Amino acid sequence: MAILEVEHICKSFNRTEVLRDISFSLEKGQAVSIIGSSGSGKTTLLRCLNFLEKPDRGTIRVGGDTLFDSDDPSTQSESAIRKKRLHFGLVFQSFNLFPQYSAMENVMLAKELLASEQPDYKARKKEIHEEIRVQAKELLDQMGLSNRVDNYPHQLSGGQQQRVAIARALALTPDILCFDEPTSALDPELTGEVLKVIKELADKRTTMIIVTHEMAFARDVADHTIFMDEGVIVEQGDPHRVFEDPREERTKQFLSRFTQG
Amino acid sequence: MEQMMEQMPVVVHALNIGFIQTLKLFFVTLIGAFPLGLIIAFGSMSKFRPLSCFSKLVVWIIRGTPLMIQLLIIYYFPGLVLHNPIWGSGESGRFLAAAVSFILNYACYFSEIYRGGIQGVPIGQEEAGLVLGMTKSQIFFKITLLQMIKRIVPPMSNEIITLVKDTSLARIIALQEIIWAGQAFMKGSYGISGAIWPLFFTAVYYLIFNGVLTVLLSRLESRLNYFR
Repeated sequence: MAILEVEHICKSFNRTEVLRDISFSLEKGQAVSIIGSSGSGKTTLLRCLNFLEKPDRGTIRVGGDTLFDSDDPSTQSESAIRKKRLHFGLVFQSFNLFPQYSAMENVMLAKELLASEQPDYKARKKEIHEEIRVQAKELLDQMGLSNRVDNYPHQLSGGQQQRVAIARALALTPDILCFDEPTSALDPELTGEVLKVIKELADKRTTMIIVTHEMAFARDVADHTIFMDEGVIVEQGDPHRVFEDPREERTKQFLSRFTQG
Repeated sequence: MEQMMEQMPVVVHALNIGFIQTLKLFFVTLIGAFPLGLIIAFGSMSKFRPLSCFSKLVVWIIRGTPLMIQLLIIYYFPGLVLHNPIWGSGESGRFLAAAVSFILNYACYFSEIYRGGIQGVPIGQEEAGLVLGMTKSQIFFKITLLQMIKRIVPPMSNEIITLVKDTSLARIIALQEIIWAGQAFMKGSYGISGAIWPLFFTAVYYLIFNGVLTVLLSRLESRLNYFR
């Protein structure tokens, strides 16, 4: 069964239709890459999945549970949405690390706040804090940042900041990790180190949705590729098929711009 | 010169008493205006339009009129017009009226500084917090607040130093602050009259106190330099 089922998502800003009837699904352990030109609605789609935008229509189901249904107001209350967000993680284009916290604290903060709401928190405070610290350390090690744990974001390169942001998202063990153009704000020489850790996550069968302009990466890392244009999914399928044998004219036009380079 | 040296202990004693009143008004204003300013800032940023309009109206009126007039109205209006002297008599009544005027006035200035500070924090910070399952209040206290404080320290320092000098306006309702105490030696006080130098001497008090504040505030500013 699909872990994520998105059906008929529509979203307009003022009168501009940004998403027009988007439906797709995702299996557990799969990575999906979403490609398309700027303004095609890719980022808005990720923001809808993370409840940063409210879709005008459609449903979002995770593991069979309906998280959002435009026809069912009970799925839309602010307090309910907060818990639902935890099914998803989001890595932003601009990192959005918290500048006043060290790399380690950035990774630990949200988990600590969630733990502090548990009834047994007071009694086990030290123990819980230690667990969270050990987990955060492991994640930062995994991101290749073992010697950067105590650095503040401004002391890190863009690539290092983005890897901290990935560790921060992973700390809450989301069902689905979303990447919104994770390397678009990086210098070319720093792009590789971020793509490498995302590739490693894909190898570990992390369920991911990756919006990217890195075409080779979108093709090689994903199990499934979606091409979006003007708010609709024009074409989707096996990445090699979409890239090497596109069926739709608009996909061909889009891809030819990259191959001609 | 000799006479001045003779009078000095008496004058310093009187100025000290006045300066304590100045300091009291200064600190009470800060203690009141810091939180009230934040409340007004949230009011003017509220999505509930009547509240935001009301907050903006209050800020406009208070910032658009002289503090001296506000002091006079707040002190005299209840007693002389409404025949209900709520402030009580004597120095304590004058202090209460002055404190209320200053808190209200400075809270309005602070609210605009807070608003700029909060709105200056990139929206991505709040979104990152939301995506990580934080509540609005966790986001404010754990993420936004310190970044806001860092942004507002320089403009706030300006206001705080202005406040030190503005306390002298309370003289208009005869609050016995340091300028009042200095000026008293012109008319006659402690057996000294016609002396203007004590009034000039009050400037030294302001200068030293503002010097101390400047050092403290710039220390706070560099304390917050550990992040960007």
